Amino acid sequence: MEFKEKLISSYLAFEEDLDLLDSVHQTRAKALRVFEKKGFPTKKDESWKYTSLNALVNADYALFPRSEASIELKDVKKYFLYDTDTYKVIFIDGVYSPFLSNTTHDGLDVCLMSAALTKPKYRNLINTYFNKIASLEESLTALNTSYSKEGAFVYIPKKTVAEKPIEIIHFASGEEHSLWLQPRNLIVVDKNSQVQIIERHQSLKEHPVVTNSVTEVYVHEEAFVDYYKLQNDLTSASLIDNTYIQQAKNSHASVHTFSLGGKLVRNNLRYYHTGQRILSTLKGVTILEGKQHVDHSTMVHHSHPNCESHQDYKGIFSERSEGVFNGQILVDKIAQKTNAFQQNNNVLLDDKATVNSKPQLEIYADDVKCSHGCTIGQMDEEALFYLRSRGIPKKEAKALMTYAFANNVLESVQLPSLKKRINGQIARKLGVNLGFEL
Amino acid sequence: MAYTEEELKKELETKEYEYGFYTDIESDTFPVGLNEDIIRKISGKKGEPEWMTEWRLDAFSSFKKMVEPDWSNVKYKKPDLQKISYYSAPKQKPKYNSLEEVDPELLKTFDKLGISIDEQKKLSGVAVDIVMDSVSVATTFRDTLAEKGIIFCSISEAIQKHPELVKKYIGTVIPPRDNYYSALNSAVFTDGSFCYIPKGVRCPMELSTYFRINQAGTGQFERTLVIADEQSYVSYLEGCTAPSRDENQLHAAVVELIALDDAEIKYSTVQNWFPGDKNGKGGVFNFVTKRGLCHDRAKISWTQVETGSAVTWKYPSCVLKGDNSIGEFYSIAVTNNFQQADTGTKMVHLGKNTRSTIISKGISAGKSQNSYRGLVKVGSRAKNARNFSQCDSLLMGNNCGAHTFPYIEAKNNSAQVEHEATTSKIGEDQIFYCNQRGIDTEKAIALIVNGFSKEVLNKLPMEFAVEAQKLLEISLEGSVG
Repeated sequence: MEFKEKLISSYLAFEEDLDLLDSVHQTRAKALRVFEKKGFPTKKDESWKYTSLNALVNADYALFPRSEASIELKDVKKYFLYDTDTYKVIFIDGVYSPFLSNTTHDGLDVCLMSAALTKPKYRNLINTYFNKIASLEESLTALNTSYSKEGAFVYIPKKTVAEKPIEIIHFASGEEHSLWLQPRNLIVVDKNSQVQIIERHQSLKEHPVVTNSVTEVYVHEEAFVDYYKLQNDLTSASLIDNTYIQQAKNSHASVHTFSLGGKLVRNNLRYYHTGQRILSTLKGVTILEGKQHVDHSTMVHHSHPNCESHQDYKGIFSERSEGVFNGQILVDKIAQKTNAFQQNNNVLLDDKATVNSKPQLEIYADDVKCSHGCTIGQMDEEALFYLRSRGIPKKEAKALMTYAFANNVLESVQLPSLKKRINGQIARKLGVNLGFEL
Repeated sequence: MAYTEEELKKELETKEYEYGFYTDIESDTFPVGLNEDIIRKISGKKGEPEWMTEWRLDAFSSFKKMVEPDWSNVKYKKPDLQKISYYSAPKQKPKYNSLEEVDPELLKTFDKLGISIDEQKKLSGVAVDIVMDSVSVATTFRDTLAEKGIIFCSISEAIQKHPELVKKYIGTVIPPRDNYYSALNSAVFTDGSFCYIPKGVRCPMELSTYFRINQAGTGQFERTLVIADEQSYVSYLEGCTAPSRDENQLHAAVVELIALDDAEIKYSTVQNWFPGDKNGKGGVFNFVTKRGLCHDRAKISWTQVETGSAVTWKYPSCVLKGDNSIGEFYSIAVTNNFQQADTGTKMVHLGKNTRSTIISKGISAGKSQNSYRGLVKVGSRAKNARNFSQCDSLLMGNNCGAHTFPYIEAKNNSAQVEHEATTSKIGEDQIFYCNQRGIDTEKAIALIVNGFSKEVLNKLPMEFAVEAQKLLEISLEGSVG
């Protein structure tokens, strides 16, 4: 049986313990029909031109883990940013782990999607926000919607600053031979509020895992959301991340994506605006080796005047790795005084590494400042020579330059310990110890 | 500038579509429709050898299996290919030795086009091969060229007289089944130009062709084949106009360039087919396939100024197959009223040390849509490939759009690829600066647009540069908000 068929037929089993008359469930059923009609995207779809899912979807995966896996805190502690100073929403094989998590309802809600979807006190929020900006047409998002049940739910009320960052971590225990996960997150940040979120997906054993995740983020007036995606998974794990962000006037939403691992990673990042004077920031560092493949597909839809967007993606590719950047800036006729900027720089370190870049501008307004730049090149030989002539060994010199290359993106990371950790990871990837921290 | 601001003003007042006249020459037109019989008839009419007829039928059979592509960023009503007459030739088939023998009506047409043959003969030294409704009617300077061994004639003549060259090269750069319109063209092309520059010859003059669509309801399917043999050089100009007609006319040309080792081809186009009127009615559909193949150390340079056509859809490309070869693309695309343009280039780097440059300037005004779509591809064997692309768009008014769709694919770590694009409008401070110095707004805009397009205009041969500059100003007239 093809995996697509399995997904459709398993839906009956999934429905069993759910309230079928519920409006959320009707949304799920509708989404399943969209997926049934469209199936998995292929290379014939323009937005999937450079990334093939064939190898992933021609295999078989378990959809529901059979047994509840338990993992020891000491085994996974290293994946946490802080031991205690964060709110944590932790899942193991898609199942919530109360033992590892640290949720709250004190002043703000950091809890579970399953609770939000079923408890009456969240009904209003769910009716207002659930599946409102996630694409109804895109087949992978629809697939996630149809199986949406568990994930993180964050609600920050008006005039609240979340004191601690929120960590959302999905572990794959490796108990199942192969696993298909579909977490669904909803994040609502009300007026004048602030929150920092770190999301990561981590498998603990070299077993095939595919995560098809959807996150909806609502940023209200004057609010600030600082979102970090850490992608440093084992090479057996693949991730399809779909993030939809809606911003109200005067808000700022920033997403940093660090793609340092995984087998195949696809990031769909979509920004929508509902007011003026919005700032959207999209940044990413990708460092790949082996046969890894990372595809960044971004879209910023400027539909109101006086908004700004900044995109900056850096890629370093060695061995046979492949990087894709597909960025789109859409400026509506009404969105005058838009300032949109898009930058994609890539360095190829080996013969067989590949970069495919497609930075697109679609502009219907005349009083705008829009630009994009894309480069593909190598390390500057002269700069390398300069460093070496001053007694820095070649390897360190190269690493130093790689740092400098990625530094633009790292500079805007607001969490010092996260910055330190990413620096460490980059150094490890480059196989050097620089002896200082940037 | 060769002409004064006063002249421009006068011209702008009488602007409409200045080439919108219709020459009343009796034409020999085929019944409408597209089938094998028509293709055999075209081939028969032109007295083509058997292999050519077969080649056409072959192309037609692959055409029948294809569907019209719709990925481009343009919207139009698809032309009904069965409603087009595929052959239209001026009836009194002209075979003249001198201009006096040419039908005076036809000569008047050329006068209005501003390419008075006599004048050009004397003044600019341009050899013109005029293609009017698909049949080449007059070729000038043939003798001068023949001395050097250069062959410059219509493609039908070349099929007759130089079948070995045509057979060897036709369809090698753009195979008939390359795309929908190239297959159609391969099946039904009626005429076009053929040019062969022998080894080591530097063509002493600019070769030029004028295309013009005259007869109502005819499509223009011309085929151009330019071959530059080793160490030769040629500069080739192409200009296009069409009379105003209400229904859309289809133009699906194929241009193939072959630059052998150390050769250089410079191909310039000025296109001002009828863009349709202010309400977007009528105009030409320009669906052209242009591609050049570079052998070792060869260079192909495309320069284009696109101001006309209701819908433009073309991507002059370079396949840099040989080591150390060079590809260049310089383009200005201007759209006004309801025009739509989806244009750009493809640079395919296959050989070592290949270099390419892309400079594309898009200007959109009125309610038009202007897209740049380009591909830079570096193959895994293209060591030290180098590309620089720059795409700038200028928006005038609030109802137009400018879009950029670059595709960059690098499979080689020694490749260096750069792409940058900007979109902006004419700055108020720039206009204010001009106004302050006594230059009125309209002229100021003309000035700024000229500066914006200078990099590309500079690449045009002298004769064309002046005309192109004029065209830019005319097509943007009245677009100032």
